[in-house]
Amino acid sequence: MSSMYRIYKLTLKELLTLYRDKMMFFFIIYSFSFAIYLAATAGSMELRNVPIAFVDEDRSILSQRVIDAFYKPRFMTPQIIAYDQIDTLMDGGIYTFIVILPEDMQKDLSQSQTPQIQLNIDATRMSQAGIGAGYISRIISQEFARYKKTPTSQLSIELIPSYKYNPNLEGSWFGSINEVISNLMLLSILLAGAALMREREHGTIEHLLVMPLQSSEILLAKIFSTILVILFWVAFSLLVVVEGILDVPLVGSVWLFLLCGALMLFATSSIGIFMGTITSSMPQFGMMLILVVLPLMMLSGGMTPYESMPLALQYLMYLSPTTHFVELSQAILFRGAGLDVIWENLVAIFFIGMFFFAFALLTFKKSMEAQS
Amino acid sequence: MKSVVKIESLFYKYKNTQALEDISLEIPLGATVGVIGPDGVGKSTLLALIAGVKKIQEGSLEVFEGDISLESFRQNVRSRVAYMPQGLGKNLYMSLSIYENLLFFARLFGLSKEQREKRIELLLKVTGLYEFQNRSVGKLSGGMKQKLGLCCALIHDPELLILDEPTTGVDPLSRREFWELIDKIKGVQKNMSVIVATAYMQEAQLFDYTIAMDEGKILSFTTPKELLSKTDSKDIDAAFIALLPEVKRLKHNGLQEIQKSIQKDEAIAIEARHLTMKFGDFIAVDDVSFSIKQGEIFGFLGSNGCGKTTTMKMLTGLLEPSAGEVDLFGKTIKENSLQMRKDVGYMTQSFSLYNELSILQNLRLHAELYGVASGQKEQRVEEVLERFSLKQYSTSLAGDLPLGIKQRLSLAVAVIHKPKMLILDEPTSGVDPISRDGFWQLLLDLAHNDGVTIFISTHFMNEGERCDRISLMHQGKVLASDTPDVLIASKQKENLEEAFIEYLSEAIEKKESHKGEIFALEKTSVQIQEGFLLTRFGGYAIRESLELLRDPVRLVFALLGMVILMFVMGYGISMDVEDLKFSVLDNDKSPQSREYVEFISGSRYFLEQEELQSYAQMEELMRRGEISIAIEIPPDFGRDIHKGLDVEVGAWIDGTMSFRAETIHGYLLGLHTSYLQSKLYGEAPVLVDIQMRYRYNQDFKSLYAIVPAVIPMLLIFIPSILMALSVVREKELGSITNFYATPVTRLEFMLGKQLPYVVISMVSFFGLLLLAVFVFGVPIKGDLLLLTFGAFLYVFATTGLGFLMSVFTKTQIAALGGTAIATLLPTVSFSGMQDPVSSLDGVAYFIGNIFPATYFINISRGIFSKDIGFSGHSFDLFALFLAALCIAALSLLTLKKQEQ
Repeated sequence: MSSMYRIYKLTLKELLTLYRDKMMFFFIIYSFSFAIYLAATAGSMELRNVPIAFVDEDRSILSQRVIDAFYKPRFMTPQIIAYDQIDTLMDGGIYTFIVILPEDMQKDLSQSQTPQIQLNIDATRMSQAGIGAGYISRIISQEFARYKKTPTSQLSIELIPSYKYNPNLEGSWFGSINEVISNLMLLSILLAGAALMREREHGTIEHLLVMPLQSSEILLAKIFSTILVILFWVAFSLLVVVEGILDVPLVGSVWLFLLCGALMLFATSSIGIFMGTITSSMPQFGMMLILVVLPLMMLSGGMTPYESMPLALQYLMYLSPTTHFVELSQAILFRGAGLDVIWENLVAIFFIGMFFFAFALLTFKKSMEAQS
Repeated sequence: MKSVVKIESLFYKYKNTQALEDISLEIPLGATVGVIGPDGVGKSTLLALIAGVKKIQEGSLEVFEGDISLESFRQNVRSRVAYMPQGLGKNLYMSLSIYENLLFFARLFGLSKEQREKRIELLLKVTGLYEFQNRSVGKLSGGMKQKLGLCCALIHDPELLILDEPTTGVDPLSRREFWELIDKIKGVQKNMSVIVATAYMQEAQLFDYTIAMDEGKILSFTTPKELLSKTDSKDIDAAFIALLPEVKRLKHNGLQEIQKSIQKDEAIAIEARHLTMKFGDFIAVDDVSFSIKQGEIFGFLGSNGCGKTTTMKMLTGLLEPSAGEVDLFGKTIKENSLQMRKDVGYMTQSFSLYNELSILQNLRLHAELYGVASGQKEQRVEEVLERFSLKQYSTSLAGDLPLGIKQRLSLAVAVIHKPKMLILDEPTSGVDPISRDGFWQLLLDLAHNDGVTIFISTHFMNEGERCDRISLMHQGKVLASDTPDVLIASKQKENLEEAFIEYLSEAIEKKESHKGEIFALEKTSVQIQEGFLLTRFGGYAIRESLELLRDPVRLVFALLGMVILMFVMGYGISMDVEDLKFSVLDNDKSPQSREYVEFISGSRYFLEQEELQSYAQMEELMRRGEISIAIEIPPDFGRDIHKGLDVEVGAWIDGTMSFRAETIHGYLLGLHTSYLQSKLYGEAPVLVDIQMRYRYNQDFKSLYAIVPAVIPMLLIFIPSILMALSVVREKELGSITNFYATPVTRLEFMLGKQLPYVVISMVSFFGLLLLAVFVFGVPIKGDLLLLTFGAFLYVFATTGLGFLMSVFTKTQIAALGGTAIATLLPTVSFSGMQDPVSSLDGVAYFIGNIFPATYFINISRGIFSKDIGFSGHSFDLFALFLAALCIAALSLLTLKKQEQ
């Protein structure tokens, strides 16, 4: 009787068990359908509906032109406010930007004097404030130039930006993939850990342990079943939700991505099982889950730029499979990269997975003894 | 005669089983009534309905002549009724001491401080628990837990005592003492009515009336004497069988003695030498030795927690003994080879099968895993189905089966691979007498015809008499070991139960006596106060806090976890886009182009990489993610500039992450514009001077925006998960019954459970503040008091969210998954942590606007960065207050004070 056969049979059992857990099933379906849609359509592009207001003390054609240059979807329709409202409105966080167009602005420009415009920025809104400030000043300068009918410079060098892999900078493109990755990680850790907890609670784990089975066979079956289930839903959400409903063009090979996904799931479910062996109750497992998932989610480069983290943290996060997976999924899905490009990440994920699997194996039997 | 309980045509249905069918019943005031019958016939359901902890589906039920289905009446009658649920100590708290448990119950019934102290002391003395009052419940023996359970039930001096199988799994001596205690109490409280369910049929003889139940129906309601004479039986077991419908009875034809067909060979199957198992300083099994011959049925008798299960686990290799050794068929267990496991069949306590698999699937799975050759597999499964009469159920799920059939399935699973030895851990507890006899028939058959060695544990004494040899166990020690006849004879008793009690009393007298003192129980009058009662609220708050304090791992995880996360995320999350890998494809290589490139690459944001040689190389490096930006200078760049021609410089930006790409674009444009201006300085007038005023964060550092936003993040995940799990845990472990069965109100329960977690969260909050100010160096410019107030409202809302989640989930896994999924996405993406809520669209915008984290992030960022007083934050504070209130109201509306 081969080991493969027993793992195969145990995996089937795990799948059946999971299939009967309606609540978990619901969570999985929600996470890979509606949640993806929700996150992708939230409008994750940074400059969108930016709340802006103007104090127009000039009331000239020029001031009107400047104000009219701000429109949806990047900006909310600008509001005109009084000078003495500035502080209250800024303090209340109603507007990220308030522009003060001074008196005699148009006149000064015509007389070749340089008018001073004040741009108030709520700097606590980091991302919007940073990009928006540059954007707003360019728009204002352009309007001034257009009014004056002079080119901004006599040197006519023009910078033509083009965005590769995402020409219109659609936030939903990577936003949706990132949500898929986050949920893949969260659910696989939860599912694998919970599968172990459930057997412990129902006492069936003892059954398995007295059978002629290796511990590794028991754990591998849990890992394989988690991989199968989550991978299926990842494929579903990629093809149906991301490509179908959200209309995100995936240029790369979805098959290669799924192959990497399987390896990623091996690593994350090993982490889940490892956590299940070192905690003794669900509340403890729950705390641990947040402790592990949150940093993996926030710091793996999917939500915030990886390069700007402190170097020590960058090295630390290199031990997380998610960092590698975020990198390789960007490469595969959007840049159309092949195995030749992403193999290093893949190897890293494999070793991280093996490391946690080995550890889980080591702690598994010990934890079974400790709980009785 | 007045009646205490009056039931008319009561029905109760679970998903697909009818638990109670047309029950009508009237129990006279002051009577002691025993409800007998095996597990799963509706005893517990009936008792729970009478106690008002389960919701009535159909029919009418009056207690003390009031309708128990009315909530107002239930609330009033609570002070007169006591309910002790099934399962030893199931409604007790293991990490709390005896005294603390009693205090909790006393508070729930609103007893004043004096009343509490007096009553607890009295009860402890009566039950003989007085000197152990500081011992934690987890360390008590079954008998002591049972006595404590009774104390908790009697704390408010009830007039109706409802006990659901109070003596199951307790040693016979404790059982006898328990009934003596009830008698004593009844002697003082003449009017007290007692309703008891029991699986030990013999105990029914002690009661005024006996209700025999089967399959949700009442078979008879009469005095024990009449029951015996009516059925013409000599004991209640037999009487019960006589009451059963004919179809069932026909299957039963007593136990057939099977002569051993195999010549007893004297080979030793199991040999245990000086087995000892220690868990910490607790000795579970103490120097136990025995040897069992092949084909013998060897019984282990004793109460729950006496070390039976631990011994069995050592035999199967699940546990490694602290000392001593075991030989199975002449080989030591330490070599625990896979081959050895194939010789053993193990049946765990409570028939742990895969409930979600069918009988056939269960059998096949085990056959496959035990390595039954695939050619023989189907045949073997077929054989077993036949032998154990399971054929008709083969496709039903194991979870849906009645207990008796589950038990047969468990045995079938244990023998599927034809083991030479069977280890059965309490295989018959809770099973009706007929199934039990049938089960023993199978065991005898296996042992005597197939020569299988059987090692069985049980707490039924009459089953012990069926074994070839037995060991009597108590507190990890073997009291005596021999054939049943010899044991009975040596104590000159009539049966094994009497003999065991004799052995027990000898063993215990050597140590300490648990006997209570003689006492005078006086009447305590407890009135149920309406409205919010601080005592009851305090009961839950204090108990929850104690439990939390005694689970330091959870506490440390919660507190330290937040600090670690704050560190990692505070430093890690950054909106600054820096160190971007940048490369140039210079097709001109003129002095002009070099000047332009140098200007751009001099920026602190860019890390210049080696120059590109071709367009294809650029494509490739970008695809590999090795560069994020490439500047392409066209040929004749320098010449064309000179000629005053229009020149276009291409900038290729990796657009995968749109936020990053947009920032890069901003940097490039800025650099490009200043390059042009630097070239023209003085020649062209500057049209407009735009002065940027970065408010609240002059240096425009990420840290100042991130740190105040990480605090709200941490204060939602951990508090809400802790809260949700703490409530669902009570549901899973069974102590939720205390909420159903006592006069504590929904509000008191919710706030009582919430308070400790609010306090912990506030402690973490202050810790995070210190970290923010002194480690991260982010100063607080606004009003600290206001921030604290906001944090308080916020953690009240977040723990409330966890509570709300717990109302809808039944298992801890679901609660954990649900809370994580419901809080992670909205907090991270929709609450203004990165993008302001106003920039969101659609559903996300809506969620962002009702999610409490949005408002606390506003408050936290606001107060950290500006000092604008209360009025500046009044809207956010009000929104938080409203959110907390709505969540609490929603919880209260959906929380059920009865089991559904």
